[in-house]
Amino acid sequence: MADKITLSDLNKTLTEMNVQSLEGLKIEGDVEIDLDVGAGGVGPLFAYYFGEQAAKIAMQLMDFAKAVGYPVQNLMQPVAVAQAISPAPKDIAAAAAAVPAFKVASALASAKFSVGVDKTWKHPIQEVTLGATKADGGSRGHVVKLGGEKAMPFFPDAAMPHAPKITMDVFDMPIGMAKAVKMHYEDVINSPGEWAKKAVRDFGADMVTVHLISTDPLLKDTSAQDAVKTVEEVLQAVDVPICIGGSGNPDKDPVVLSKAAEVAQGERVLIASANLNMDWEKIGKACVDNGHVCLAWTQLEINSQKELNRKLMKVAGVPRESIVMDPTTAALAYGLDFAYSNMERIRLGALKGDDELTFPMSSGTTNAWGVRESWMVRSPNKDDSDWGDRMLRGPIWEILTGYSLAMAGVDIFMMMHPTAVAYLHEITQSLMGRIEAKTPEANAWLKMGV
Amino acid sequence: MKETSPLNLYKQLPQTNCKKCGEETCMAFAAGLIARTRKVEECTPLIEEKKYAKKLATLRSTVAPELKMVYVGVGDKQVKVGGEDVMYRHQMTFFNKPPFAFDVADNMEEAKLIERVKKITTWRKFYIGKWQGVEMIAVRSVTDDPAKFAACVKTVMANGNGFPLILCSFNPAVLKAGLEVASKEKPLIYAATKDNWKEVAQLAYDYKVPVTLSVPFDLDGLKSMAVTFAEMGLTDLVLDPGTAPNGKMLQQTLTNFINLRRAAVEEAQRDIAYPVMVLPINAWLTTDDPVRAAYWESVLTAAFVIRGGAIMIKHSTEPYSMMPDMHLRFNIYTDPRTPVQVKPGIYKVGNPGPESPVFLTTNFALTYYTVESDVASNGIDAYIIAINTDGIGVQASVAGGQLSPVKIQDSFNEAGFDWAGQKYPAMVLPGMAAKFSGELEDLFAGKAKIMVGPEDSGRIIGWMKDFWPPK
Repeated sequence: MADKITLSDLNKTLTEMNVQSLEGLKIEGDVEIDLDVGAGGVGPLFAYYFGEQAAKIAMQLMDFAKAVGYPVQNLMQPVAVAQAISPAPKDIAAAAAAVPAFKVASALASAKFSVGVDKTWKHPIQEVTLGATKADGGSRGHVVKLGGEKAMPFFPDAAMPHAPKITMDVFDMPIGMAKAVKMHYEDVINSPGEWAKKAVRDFGADMVTVHLISTDPLLKDTSAQDAVKTVEEVLQAVDVPICIGGSGNPDKDPVVLSKAAEVAQGERVLIASANLNMDWEKIGKACVDNGHVCLAWTQLEINSQKELNRKLMKVAGVPRESIVMDPTTAALAYGLDFAYSNMERIRLGALKGDDELTFPMSSGTTNAWGVRESWMVRSPNKDDSDWGDRMLRGPIWEILTGYSLAMAGVDIFMMMHPTAVAYLHEITQSLMGRIEAKTPEANAWLKMGV
Repeated sequence: MKETSPLNLYKQLPQTNCKKCGEETCMAFAAGLIARTRKVEECTPLIEEKKYAKKLATLRSTVAPELKMVYVGVGDKQVKVGGEDVMYRHQMTFFNKPPFAFDVADNMEEAKLIERVKKITTWRKFYIGKWQGVEMIAVRSVTDDPAKFAACVKTVMANGNGFPLILCSFNPAVLKAGLEVASKEKPLIYAATKDNWKEVAQLAYDYKVPVTLSVPFDLDGLKSMAVTFAEMGLTDLVLDPGTAPNGKMLQQTLTNFINLRRAAVEEAQRDIAYPVMVLPINAWLTTDDPVRAAYWESVLTAAFVIRGGAIMIKHSTEPYSMMPDMHLRFNIYTDPRTPVQVKPGIYKVGNPGPESPVFLTTNFALTYYTVESDVASNGIDAYIIAINTDGIGVQASVAGGQLSPVKIQDSFNEAGFDWAGQKYPAMVLPGMAAKFSGELEDLFAGKAKIMVGPEDSGRIIGWMKDFWPPK
């Protein structure tokens, strides 16, 4: 005989049992049924099957009792009732789903929402001033301040001391531009001074960046002497702080930018840029010697950024308040995910106290115009839906590239399209609570007619 | 899931290393659970054997996302809303991109309604090997008439290609009429408010559908509503904390979103940890200029794609605004844990032979696949050499020195490319690397011709007509 039998086993045994063989059987003592129901309690389905088995056993025992002559008829009633109230599994399942019965609450619970701030953000971003007025030995009409944040951009933890700024691109020679951009600059394309004026006067640029790209040996290979004339022209044309950019040639840039730094002495310009692949020390020292700010450019790699910042400070002697970082802007659809997370990690690291990263950030947002979706008339892929009007599509590309990086921590944007500049200004100012506007009713959209 | 140690999940597994899940060990499976590449259900013994019931329950509650995941719709078009674990994407990844629901209204003339539904459901754009598109349709009741709403929902369903719906009205009778038509397809209903919540709760229960709780600019009120619904057993909830499209209230809106996300994933406040709805459509209430409205809608979309929006109702179906929104969402929800480089070397597209060109690009996956798709989709047989630029694109690697003439020479040597076997030995540089052509001509003198291709590979087809084969 087995050590344990289940209810089903017992039932089966009784079914197979020849009742005549049980003559003289004596049943005594208690019947104890111990149910191991586990953590879930007795569920309706289990109850059903247990009841079914128990009822069958009862029936068998009653047959047995009848066979041995016991008057069981009087006891049949409860058994019959037990069978009658044993519902079908379907009904039981439905009943199980309904437990506990759904009842609409009589009133709303009263709850308070609260949440803390990020306590790991203990270190403010370095404040950096660009431009110098007469009082400070320069000739700018005003200065631009970057940095000083104590929290992620637009987070409630701490207000941003300065709004993000926009410096608009000016080139020292005509370059290829998307049609949507070119139409705004055709009249000034041969005059960096007029170009700079237009950016400030018509498009509201906080600053301008003069890119000395003609110095590239692979383009016009113009001399540093020629380049500084352009710098002087722009400094005279506008009185906003300026940024001076090289051609990106690692051999020529240190020469050109050092010379430009000398010419712009006292104006506290942003020198763009020092890179690990070139003589960063020469550029860093030119910034120190002439009172400028150095843009430290690395490519989408946080550790390189730390290395360059460290070297600029420790080797070239650039003071903390004279460093801005450009961790590279990969544009929307062309790797924005890397640029975004790289910048967000840099800013979070800085706020947590990594003092090799506590500097304002710059974004070459104009890169958006290198993305085919920003300028192409139609898709090269024949199965794409229509791409719509490129004259309207391109500016949004530049807005979203810049704006998403504003959320990651960028303080200053190098941009080109006037509409993009206007929208980036508007959204960042809005999120700082600086723009008054009548907000429509929260639910009005539901019934709006468009 | 706050748990970061596979060991703690391993404790809740059978620990038999049975390999039924495909992993060698239970520990490897536990690591997969941490990374959310494996699901609890894939451990069949844990599911099937009663003795593991307790472990299963513990494990399920441990791996549940910090932010509740709500399913809307049925079948292959079903969307997952919420289900996130982190505040910033680099901390792991964001999992479920917020579905975009574009609106239609029950006062639209039928032909226009059908046309808009078709536009919403068929719009698509190819990007890095995938089709981008819209996921949902939001049906607004402008008429407040249950019969008209039901008819509209019916028309949308008949033409909507299985797209999940959001049924939008504050009138329970209207919502009920819509649910009578659509409840089997599990739409999301919008919305329970402080005024109608009892009736809407009953509807959500009766029709077994997820429900939006709308309490604009009052997080105490929103939480009270969420707690009340959860106590009634209704936990498939989406929260609408209000989306102000402008002014100082816009700043408040972003603050609310940041705070709700923080409460859910950083402070594990389960009673408010539900996905949050954004209404970029509100931009259309700020201006009569449709271009301005579409631009502003894109800006609002971007803000909340980045900071915690889990589902959005939008209006502009102009491709000039849809495209950037789709790409931003794609980029932000790209898994940063997966590599985005292709192996450097020579690739064949189609059946290249001695008369085929060799296009040069970098090993950044996006760049490589873009070039490959532009060559392949136009039926061009060609070689593509992917130069190892550490996964940096052409423009940036030209500027940063990761792509240089010497590197190009080394790459061809490493790949052992047989120039002598080519009828027109020539490499086609990306237009953005044009300035290397002089130096390359010296390096490859007598071996291969250096040609400058278009700035964008989308123009390769036109370039081929003009310049290939070389004269």
